[in-house]
Amino acid sequence: MVTATSPGQSAYDVAAGTPDPELPMLTIADLGILRGAESTEEGVVVTITPTYSGCPAMREIGADVRHRLMKAGFDRVTVKTQLAPPWTTDWITADGRRKLAEAGIAPPSPAPRRSGPVPVKLSTVPTDLPRCPRCGSASTTETARFSATACKSLHRCEACGEPFEAVKAL
Amino acid sequence: MTDHDNPYDLLGEDHDDGHRWAFGTGFTDPLAGIDTSVPPGTDGAALARYCLALGDDALIYSHRLQEWLTRMPELEEETAIANIALDLLGQARMLLARAGGILGQSEDQLAFFRSEAEFRNVRLAEHADRDFAEVVGRLLIFSSWRLALFGALSSASDPVLAAIAAKGANELTYHRDYAAQWVIRLGDGTELSHARMQAALDALWPLTAELFLPDASALASVDPGSVHAVLDMVLAAAGLSRPGGATLGPVSGRAGRDGVHTEAMGYILAEMQSVARADPDATW
Repeated sequence: MVTATSPGQSAYDVAAGTPDPELPMLTIADLGILRGAESTEEGVVVTITPTYSGCPAMREIGADVRHRLMKAGFDRVTVKTQLAPPWTTDWITADGRRKLAEAGIAPPSPAPRRSGPVPVKLSTVPTDLPRCPRCGSASTTETARFSATACKSLHRCEACGEPFEAVKAL
Repeated sequence: MTDHDNPYDLLGEDHDDGHRWAFGTGFTDPLAGIDTSVPPGTDGAALARYCLALGDDALIYSHRLQEWLTRMPELEEETAIANIALDLLGQARMLLARAGGILGQSEDQLAFFRSEAEFRNVRLAEHADRDFAEVVGRLLIFSSWRLALFGALSSASDPVLAAIAAKGANELTYHRDYAAQWVIRLGDGTELSHARMQAALDALWPLTAELFLPDASALASVDPGSVHAVLDMVLAAAGLSRPGGATLGPVSGRAGRDGVHTEAMGYILAEMQSVARADPDATW
């Protein structure tokens, strides 16, 4: 029996398995930056959305997607960027959130949805702190709003004493 | 054989599509695959001019912030400033690519082979911060203004600029919150930290008038009152006062957007452009 998978779908599946270079426990599908893959007369066109404007991993992701597809037998591959709508951490899948927590990185809380002017945060006491991904305690502190990559912040658990990273809600 | 399941293995490999020697190098067009045609009814020259100005603000300011790396008071502030500078560099690349696509020049040509009078950044972007209070004070002013501007630009007639602005606005919100919290902490801190934070604002304030100068090429305008309202809220929480006094006005009617810069600008370009100019064929 012939499987009824279209070339576009199988290209999507191959692209979807690409790991993120900075969060290698996640695929780009888990991260929600893979917008689509289609089979065209000019070969496979994969569309990805950048996480942050300056994220240096985008270049690596594009190269990796291309290589994975070529290894899977697609000989012409183009990786396109799509800026709008901007990526939000809300697009990280449930599976992706579980993998983050398993790797000791707290998944993001729901991103703030705003219309109109963005209110400035006037309190120096952090709010909406993540739970400790190791012991589950809600008693955590923020040690830094920025971390080794643009997408994460640094925290410490007051219960188990361990430091941990969290993906910032964006 | 390179293991393509391991992204780091890819770094050591030769590519047919570029030159790459380290993570993040082998830069390609940040707008690759995006429809960059100028929409009908939009003045392409004006759009390019304005994207160049916004790109220059981010490029020059990003470079200034990078100068602070290894000099910040704590490691956490190092990573914060590095990330903020990286966000701004990303915004600069997209904006310069947008301008360059219309002007027929690459981002590198625009960043590294223009002279001082050809840069269109506001003079606040080139200011050399003298202490940590000036770093966070300037970041508060710059990000409050740019966030208001990007909010307005996210409905710009050019979909590319609108998308860059919508994306950047999320990043600028983080930058502003980071800066606001430090301004409050220092202003509401010790006698010394309060005095230095106030002195920083006093030193920076003359540069703020230029942000609100009428600009014929601007594709969106910002109500100065809305930005001042945000700043006033932060200053009130910090127990600081909004400086008054003289502002740095245009010189013979010309300011940063017209290519008139402060003494600080030449030094930035000398450092930022020296490698590219020494080896114009270099790739990164």
